[in-house]
Amino acid sequence: MTSVTSTELRAQQDSGRKASQTREKWASVRTYISAAVILIWCLAPAYWMVVTAFREVGFTYDTSPWPTHVTMDNFITAFDTSFGNRFGQALLNSVIIGVTVTVVSLVIGVFAAYALARLNFRFKYLVLGFILGASMFPGVALITPLFQLFTNIGWMGTYQALIIPNISFVLPLTVYTLTSFFREMPWELEESARVDGCTQGQAFRKVIMPLAAPAIFTTAILAFISSWNEFLIASQLSNDATQPVTVAIASFSGAQPNQIPYTAIMAAGTIVTIPLVILVLVFQRKIVAGLTAGAVK
Amino acid sequence: MATELGPAPVKSPASGTPEVHHGPKGVGEDNRILSQGKWASWLLAPTIVALGIVIVYPIVSAIIMSFQKDAGLDPATGLFTAGGPAGIQNYVNWLGQQCAAPGGGTVACPPGTLGGQFWTATGTTFFFTVITVVLETVLGFWMAMIMARTFKGRGLVRAAVLVPWAIPTAVTAQLWLFMFDFNGIINKLFNASILWTGSEWPAKWAVIIADTWKTTPFMALLILAGLQMIPAEVYEASKVDGASAWQRFRLITLPLVKPALMVAILFRTLDALRMFDLPYILTGGANNTTTLSILVINQIRQGFNSAAALSTITFLIIFLVAFIFVRFLGANVVEQSGATGKGKK
Repeated sequence: MTSVTSTELRAQQDSGRKASQTREKWASVRTYISAAVILIWCLAPAYWMVVTAFREVGFTYDTSPWPTHVTMDNFITAFDTSFGNRFGQALLNSVIIGVTVTVVSLVIGVFAAYALARLNFRFKYLVLGFILGASMFPGVALITPLFQLFTNIGWMGTYQALIIPNISFVLPLTVYTLTSFFREMPWELEESARVDGCTQGQAFRKVIMPLAAPAIFTTAILAFISSWNEFLIASQLSNDATQPVTVAIASFSGAQPNQIPYTAIMAAGTIVTIPLVILVLVFQRKIVAGLTAGAVK
Repeated sequence: MATELGPAPVKSPASGTPEVHHGPKGVGEDNRILSQGKWASWLLAPTIVALGIVIVYPIVSAIIMSFQKDAGLDPATGLFTAGGPAGIQNYVNWLGQQCAAPGGGTVACPPGTLGGQFWTATGTTFFFTVITVVLETVLGFWMAMIMARTFKGRGLVRAAVLVPWAIPTAVTAQLWLFMFDFNGIINKLFNASILWTGSEWPAKWAVIIADTWKTTPFMALLILAGLQMIPAEVYEASKVDGASAWQRFRLITLPLVKPALMVAILFRTLDALRMFDLPYILTGGANNTTTLSILVINQIRQGFNSAAALSTITFLIIFLVAFIFVRFLGANVVEQSGATGKGKK
């Protein structure tokens, strides 16, 4: 009797362990299936863009999932100016606008972020709220007066007409991303530097700036990306000579007026996207920290 | 590395919790705040001045413009008129969908004119906002839950979600336009023959699907950051207490991730309310996919002052939604701290 019970008991325990093992196995299988679904959902459209970019024009709508009819022609077509596209110039414009906006925003914003992260003063939360609100500001609310102003002073289609409005959303983004990075830095070092006889300004320049470099670099990437992606303001205030890539790609025309030159557009899209994707993947951890910094802290 | 995602106190910007780097309270605190205040105002001045120029100035001039008549040909006399003060007429025209009538006064805008599209555009904007934010929240939450687990290849998944985010919206729109083409991959894949951008509902869903693809990763990353702030011990303790997976989700994950989730939803909602690039390129605003932003842009070349009135209305709508959200958020933060007994206020 006793022995039977103990075997039964052991059998029961065994099956229990087995059940929990199977359950764990199933859970991990489900995780991998879900992960695969996320991967496909996120990457398939981007993959399709790249595959199409390398396809011959005659096979634009080919549906084989791997590269077929591979050619580099589309990249040449993308830079071709004979159909009124100025993609090469647009790339240069985007770089000029993006770099200027990023540098200006960082130079101005780094001081504000330092004050917001480090100093105690009245109206601090009012200022933070104002800056956060500014970053959520709708671009259309700015465009009408700027359109009129720039028309009146002859700035339409100039670089400054594209750079100044971009600062309105890149600067707030810069300030609050830097603020949350700065809050997490080892500020005791600043105190030590001041004990050793540095002024607050010296402590900032000699001790804090080198430490803050990675944070500033990450913020620069985020600032550059958001300026690079801007479309609304550029679509209204630029002309053929100053238009950035987003506007160039949106209005890409081909040889036939009624036919959208998809393969060339996908090639242009690939050129615009690949550097960003590489940059983002290399600095993945920092970028994610910077992206989420404003939201969770 | 301090800047990596890791456990840190969850703070909502809306709640304004004053617990960041307070020096020790005591004698001299007032003096310190005064001297720091002087420093702070110097450091903040460039940013405040810059934002004043690029944001406050345009807003104020938009409001002033919105109370002016548009210069143009008078439909009654055929002569050029210079505008002049309009009172609230521009606002009345938009909200009542009234257009200037020949011979003075106003009549209901004929269909097809911009003036007659205000309420449809408002409806479309809110429709897009609600559907995309709900889809992105649900999908983003699911993605975040998966990415929070430990498994081989987790780094790959976390990197992959950044790809749609990094692609410029203009490129995204062209890419989806290509995939939604009649001969495109989506129709082939589902063996369908839908003219996606040719009629109202397919066009709307094309915009929604493309937007969801592009911005769900951002949502997932924000929620993931919130999830990672929940200490693992809480889950272990609840497992010991015999809580089921559903109970753990409902009673631990959801309430603890709520502040981060609400902020993510607020960001996305405000972003969706100003949606422009995607429908503008994907459908050109045809088939009732014109959002308020597109309507403003279409109006600009027909009359600055009227466009300024519309952009001010758009701004007020977004401001109102943000205000409701922040009040709602604030209320929840208070409620939460009260419930756990850890509230500092």
